[in-house]
Amino acid sequence: MDELTRMTAVELAGQIAAGQVSAAEVTQAHLDRIAAVDPALHAFLHVDADGALAAAKTVDERRAAGERLGPLAGVPLALKDVVVSKGLPTTCGSKILEGWVPPYDATITRRMKDAGIIILGKANMDEFAMGSSTENSAYGPTRNPWDLTRVPGGSSGGSSAAVAAFQAPLAIGTDTGGSIRQPAAVTGLVGHKPTYGGVSRYGLIAFSSSLDQAGPLARTVLDAALLHEVIGGHDPADSTSIDAPVPALAEAARSGAAGDLSGLRVGVVRELGGEGYQAGVLDSFRQAVALLAELGAEVVEVSCPHFDYALPAYYLIAPSECSSNLARFDAMRYGLRLGDEDDASLEEVMSRTRAAGFGPEVKRRIILGTYALSSGYYDAYYGQAQKVRTLILRDFAAAYERVDVLVSPTSPFVAFGIGERVADPMAMYVNDLCTLPASLAGVPAISVPCGLSASDSPTPLPVGLQVMAPTLADDRCYRVAAAVEAALDARRGHPFLADAPALTGATAHTGATR
Amino acid sequence: MTTTLPTYEDVLTRYEPVLGLETHVELGTRSKMFCGCATGFGADPNTQVCPVCLGLPGSLPVVNAAAIEYAIRLGLALNCSIASWCRFSRKNYFYPDMPKNFQISQYDEPLCTDGYLDIEVDGEAVRIGIERVHLEEDTGKSTHVGGATGRIHGASHSLVDYNRAGIPLVEVVTRPIPGTGALAPEVAHGYVTELREICRTLGISDVRMEQGSLRCDVNVSLNRSGAGWGTRTETKNVNSLRSVQRAVRFEMSRQAGVLDAGGRIVQETRHFHEDTGATTSGRSKEEATDYRYFPEPDLVPLAPDPAWVEQIRAALPELPAARRARLAELLGATPAEMRAMGNAGVVDLVAATTAAGAPAGEARKWWLAYLAQRANAAGVEPAELGITPAQVAEVIALVDDGTLSDALARQAIDGVLETGRDPAEIVAERGLRTVSDTGALGAAVDEAIAAQPDVVAKIRGGKVQAVGPLVGAVMRATGGQADAAVVRALVLQRLGVDS
Repeated sequence: MDELTRMTAVELAGQIAAGQVSAAEVTQAHLDRIAAVDPALHAFLHVDADGALAAAKTVDERRAAGERLGPLAGVPLALKDVVVSKGLPTTCGSKILEGWVPPYDATITRRMKDAGIIILGKANMDEFAMGSSTENSAYGPTRNPWDLTRVPGGSSGGSSAAVAAFQAPLAIGTDTGGSIRQPAAVTGLVGHKPTYGGVSRYGLIAFSSSLDQAGPLARTVLDAALLHEVIGGHDPADSTSIDAPVPALAEAARSGAAGDLSGLRVGVVRELGGEGYQAGVLDSFRQAVALLAELGAEVVEVSCPHFDYALPAYYLIAPSECSSNLARFDAMRYGLRLGDEDDASLEEVMSRTRAAGFGPEVKRRIILGTYALSSGYYDAYYGQAQKVRTLILRDFAAAYERVDVLVSPTSPFVAFGIGERVADPMAMYVNDLCTLPASLAGVPAISVPCGLSASDSPTPLPVGLQVMAPTLADDRCYRVAAAVEAALDARRGHPFLADAPALTGATAHTGATR
Repeated sequence: MTTTLPTYEDVLTRYEPVLGLETHVELGTRSKMFCGCATGFGADPNTQVCPVCLGLPGSLPVVNAAAIEYAIRLGLALNCSIASWCRFSRKNYFYPDMPKNFQISQYDEPLCTDGYLDIEVDGEAVRIGIERVHLEEDTGKSTHVGGATGRIHGASHSLVDYNRAGIPLVEVVTRPIPGTGALAPEVAHGYVTELREICRTLGISDVRMEQGSLRCDVNVSLNRSGAGWGTRTETKNVNSLRSVQRAVRFEMSRQAGVLDAGGRIVQETRHFHEDTGATTSGRSKEEATDYRYFPEPDLVPLAPDPAWVEQIRAALPELPAARRARLAELLGATPAEMRAMGNAGVVDLVAATTAAGAPAGEARKWWLAYLAQRANAAGVEPAELGITPAQVAEVIALVDDGTLSDALARQAIDGVLETGRDPAEIVAERGLRTVSDTGALGAAVDEAIAAQPDVVAKIRGGKVQAVGPLVGAVMRATGGQADAAVVRALVLQRLGVDS
């Protein structure tokens, strides 16, 4: 059965469609894998074995009835716990939502179900998607399959660990400042943040509404593109959703894999590199840039001077919006309610519940955002940050007049040790240095594995290449990423994840803190 | 403190009021402001809700285009500029009847700005400046159970109905209104009345104050003549037109009392009490919440196409002031008579009754008196009473030709209201017809005289005006069908007394 879990989504869907294996068998294989390795990883907050097997059975029946199924029908997936799913517990990694079962499906949940994708369960995450390590989950951290003492990135760390550990070939992550791309990079996956408005946010529990986007995590570029095609496209239930066709992403991935990038103009962002970046990360990145040139791309250096202000701007905008978005968690209608005893007032119950229900990082950002939006401070903080956002957009616009895509390392660091950065918020925040500009500008960006760094850790760890494209040109990200992936796979002679240490029930230790 | 209030007249000798009115109007769209839920009034609690208006995690708002159109209609009727680009904002504060703990509203970029409304008060034209008309969502409705006051303080628990949460509201904010002097309460009343009339004419709301679909906050300040404006208070919970008037009057007296005693007016929210007509202190604005407004990131900016706005303008119905002028001429009514008809909601009905052939004066009399009274008793608008202007005109014609007395006409109307059939049928079926045949009345007159010897004695003693009870008895005996004047003459004739 293990061979089923090693397959890509495309391979699995092909075998299911051809009747070589049933969706139920595929689902069972992945459930077995979860049972074997998740005690060590803690990628899942909730595994829905019964629901997954029932959904797989439906796919098998539809196929038996001669129905033409979608390209991912029967393929299992890990759903980040920030996405609501009817009848499945959805906690957002927070105690304040413990026990809440949503009465409705997110648009992307419904689209995936309609496409025959099997939802295995809900993946762990930093509480309310705030963090870069998944250590901020109220339910304990997730571990990196490459090294169980290290983090799988965040906030979509449950999603990245699940796919990297072959618990699922696909996962949904969400990215507000890098939460798909950075976990993908540090676990050796492909992760794409779509153009803002390209994927519906209806049913995504909001962290920062103007930045949040859901996107795919997968072990191959083509798998990610196919999943993106399922979830993407206009949704009338999301006013910020773009009413435009989704570009042909799988086609872009396939054409990119042919390896010819001639005519493509690539800009290396001067501001995203250098001091503070780990040596092994920069090494891998330089080799990737050289590879792009070998594949025919014309590589130039471009400067985006306002990217330096992305981090402070982000840490005003995202907390401001989150302070308002998270106000609804007040113990009145659903989720946790504490201290409702004696003659406790309304305010006391709200306050006690929020004090106990939110973790320290969430509280830090709520307080920061509340302050930034306060009367008298609004212009100096939120207002200024929005102006920086405009300047970053202009940097992108100017750059895209000269080049077709921009590249950088996805993160300055490889996976770091659990507990290493928790005490220092700034040390955590700088993980997102390279991913924040695309988030603030709403442009698409992908992370694709570009090598292993041996110099920054005792064992080699994955490094990601970030490819950013203009609004709605998500296909360019997939094309370039596929070219890099194909060239490196060919050079290596095997897929990137084959280099990950084997992770079995026997080697797993029970280090996860529950 | 209420015992030492100066009289209203006294207040006006020393102070000048400045008014400001904020009026919330629930729009009558079929669905809510940001979701598809129904908006009907009176449904079972929490049956008209969905993930969006309950603010469930993950849900997102989508703007109701009809609400935008309604707000633009109102803005145009109030002579406002319509923004070519504006945004919604979040108003953040914690309260359980607000599912998201923020209200989607408009802050510094309202949809309609800088308008005015001309009204007439006591025959005088007054122009009320309109600062803005903006859109927002209503909150849920809290019911506090177990306390004496119905307020949250002292309640054992509270219930929240979210059916109202997310119903579209427009808020109409006036500019400060100085210089109204003694007429301030009437100006406030006149403004809200006219605004209500406009909303009704535009078809954007049923504007029922008693159901809360029109709610008014009344701002009042006083200043010594010639001095700068004083500190204002904002009185909420003013739920009838009469209350608007009473609230202004009370606040003027209360504030004058405070100022006379050397006190200071605190900028605060006050509550109006229907039963006493008084206001009491609510929360102080000086310690009020900072709403931390910021542009709603879940919605894209609103940019009404100017061509669409012009289409809406071209399709506006005749507004109440223009209609009143036209109808006053048509009906030959004085401004006071027009006001009376307007207040009773019968202008159109009178016009239609007149058009159906009735004399304007008669039509006005019937709609303002008996029909308004029946509508009031039934708790419906006169237009919903169940009698058509054509039927009323028919009744009036029967009175005119002497077939019916006023009393019989009322019976005929009652018949129409009971059965829905036409007056002619009712009259024929029930034999409603004035009895003036003296022979037929003779027996009834004799009976009445025999039954009330003491009254007869008084009349014979010269008190002719004591004849009433005898006439009444005859009228009862004939089922109201006799002509009272004929009966009176007949009684006096039998008693040998000159009328």
